[in-house]
Amino acid sequence: MTKIEEPQKKKDVISTFFDELSRNSLIVTVLAILTGLLAGGLIAAATTESVYAAFRVSFFDGLSAGFMVFWNTYKALFTGSVGVPSEIFNALRSGDSVAINKAFTPFFESLLQATPYIFAGLSVAIGFRVGLFNIGAEGQLFVGALGTVWVATAFKGLPAIIHVPFALLGGAVCGGVWGMIPGWLKAKTGAHEVINTIMMNYIAFRLSEYLLTGILRDPNKSTPISAPIEKSAWLPRFFDDPNRFHAGFFIALLMAFLVYWLLFKTSWGFELRTVGSNPNAARYAGMSIVRSTVLTMFLSGALAGLAGANEVLGVNHNLAVAFSSGYGFDSIALALLGNSHPLGVVLAALLFGFLRNGAIQMQLTAGIPIDIISVLQALILAFIAAPAIIRTMYHLKEPKAVEIPQIAAKTEGSKP
Amino acid sequence: MTQTTATIIKPAEYISPTRRMVMGIIFLALSVGIWVLFSRNVTADMQTTFSLYPGGSKVIVPDWIFPSLPMLNILALVGSALGAYQLARGFGRQTNAILGVVSGIFIFAFLVWGASGGSLNLAGLLKVAVVRAVPLTLGALAGILCERSGVFNIAIEGMMLTAAFCAALFGSLVNIWFGLFTAILAGALMALVLAVLSIKYKVNQIISGTVINIFATGITSFLSAKFLQKYEALNNSGRFGTWDVPGLSQIPFIGPILFSHNIFIYAMFIFVILMTVALFYTRWGLRTRSVGEHPKAADTLGINVNRTRYISVLLGGMMAGFAGAYFVLGSVGRFDEVMTAGRGFVGLAAMIFGNYNPVGSLGAGMLFGFADSLASKLAILKVPIPNKFLEMGPYIITMIVLAGVVGRGQPPAAGGKPYEKE
Repeated sequence: MTKIEEPQKKKDVISTFFDELSRNSLIVTVLAILTGLLAGGLIAAATTESVYAAFRVSFFDGLSAGFMVFWNTYKALFTGSVGVPSEIFNALRSGDSVAINKAFTPFFESLLQATPYIFAGLSVAIGFRVGLFNIGAEGQLFVGALGTVWVATAFKGLPAIIHVPFALLGGAVCGGVWGMIPGWLKAKTGAHEVINTIMMNYIAFRLSEYLLTGILRDPNKSTPISAPIEKSAWLPRFFDDPNRFHAGFFIALLMAFLVYWLLFKTSWGFELRTVGSNPNAARYAGMSIVRSTVLTMFLSGALAGLAGANEVLGVNHNLAVAFSSGYGFDSIALALLGNSHPLGVVLAALLFGFLRNGAIQMQLTAGIPIDIISVLQALILAFIAAPAIIRTMYHLKEPKAVEIPQIAAKTEGSKP
Repeated sequence: MTQTTATIIKPAEYISPTRRMVMGIIFLALSVGIWVLFSRNVTADMQTTFSLYPGGSKVIVPDWIFPSLPMLNILALVGSALGAYQLARGFGRQTNAILGVVSGIFIFAFLVWGASGGSLNLAGLLKVAVVRAVPLTLGALAGILCERSGVFNIAIEGMMLTAAFCAALFGSLVNIWFGLFTAILAGALMALVLAVLSIKYKVNQIISGTVINIFATGITSFLSAKFLQKYEALNNSGRFGTWDVPGLSQIPFIGPILFSHNIFIYAMFIFVILMTVALFYTRWGLRTRSVGEHPKAADTLGINVNRTRYISVLLGGMMAGFAGAYFVLGSVGRFDEVMTAGRGFVGLAAMIFGNYNPVGSLGAGMLFGFADSLASKLAILKVPIPNKFLEMGPYIITMIVLAGVVGRGQPPAAGGKPYEKE
């Protein structure tokens, strides 16, 4: 890093372009995603029995069989997440609204899957910006969902225009309070938020099990599940039935914009970011670390709570035990992938949403278990967190300026 | 120089007056709790029956039957006497031990009350508690090994899960000993990833831990769905049988609880002793701890900081691998998706509650194991406490300890920071 730049020789446009590109951190992000996808395909091929059978025939057969698995996997992933191009084309040409709806359903389903990721990713990202590691999005999401379910089932006869915001607010406040507790403990006693948010996760799971087998339980069902929420609390859907796309996606985008505006366009946000990047300077400037920490953890928890509220009001319309399936941990990966910037988070969430939705299809048609997605996400996260791996792998040059390993720089030095 | 010595000795001998008072009040509150919550809800003619025979042992012990009310009153009196002494004079260095005693009295009183008018298999409860403590204590030991050298390991869960998978697969393919070996190897491999990411690439250690946790959940569930569920023969490892320690297992009551288990339980005790000796009485231990406390000073003295950390993290991974093997080879004999169910994180909690100390972690593991064991028995006791709240206990206790309400733990000073040589 401290190397003094040698006086540059004159270069032609193309080599300058590649030089710049290879120093750019965006290229690392793109390569990390591609490498992750490549590795995922290789794992899929390497765990398919027919590939080994083909290798026994001849080396070339084995290779082509492996390639076919690879191809079919990603073909299924693509058609599952975006749709079948020929079907979309035919539907558009026929002009039949039912057919068009059906052809575009995979695409909208991906947006639907991306929605909770946007909320949860923003939740982690806002923490990162203030130097806080909120690993408890999963628990906050659960508690938010519990609050939402209570508002959405206990209040009857409200008009939708009041009930929906009220239920969302219930989720945000419950999640926010759940996040605020570790924030407050961190600010007041110095207890590390990583451990406390992990602990709060498990307390949230037990709490949800208790409430869903107790007061929130639907007495008519044999499994622990809440009563269906009131129709007036449903987030409006835009299309007919197989297509579940709902207004939550736009609320998520709005939240992303609000987080951007708060962080980068207000003096409050400036204060938060200053506390994140240099607590000592912030304290010297008279900013309250306690207030920033508590406020951030509240906002972070509230965003995670909204993710839970969104799933309850928009998709499931009730709440079952263990409905979340790992959004909390994935959101750490995607906040990092999005460089803790709201726009980056939205893009990363879209990627994860498409992957997740495509993987469902992949499981059905290519017989690749959906859990491969977690492997992919872990690999991408590793490559993003350690850009040096990607740089070595592709012989990229060192970045010109000191690269911003956002979080790495900020949470280092914090200890449990 | 003198100042440094003073600060080292200080925490051991000095107990602040506020802390003394707070502790005294806690002791008294627990005693009053016994009286208000338990004594007053028991009628004079009720009797408590504790069964002291866990079953499966040759030593038969008769049941312990006693009247509930007098016992509860005696317990409350003893507790308040301890509280009064703490308020008046203070127990000094023994304060934490006395806190343990008073908490123990409270739990015992709870059991007396819960079983009043009925019976409870106390020996069975304790035996299950010891078994449940195994993955927690071993996980905590894995955490200590990493943490003491300055690497924060939240990936114990992922390491245990991977190890459990390998134990089931290779245990079925070859034999259980090979399964155990591969489990330890798998733990070490995952630890190597953690070490390379955190030490070589200086990635934030929480992120490297998250990478491993996500990866482990993904790859084990993927391979399990792909192979283990299809070919049942690959997921039938069997498990280690019970081995009674000759002589010791014949002791009434204690024998069957502590000395009639499979190798994992004995290994837990042995590892606790080994690690205490290794960490606090050997040169290696001193070096490891110095690297975790003050890497720069250690480096100045010629200790290779990063190599020490690599070794510790690898050992920690092997320990986590051993803990993971327990789930399959010591417990159910097969692998199920996400079967560790957060035990790695409870292990982390046990490490913190045990103040980064092997013996303390064993105590914490036992306590958490007891809470777990009791939660499954609550239905029998007909106690009006939902077992989910008891299951929250370990997490809440950890948060209280972290917040420093009942004495703050002392984590290694350099934990979480990559070492940059200048």
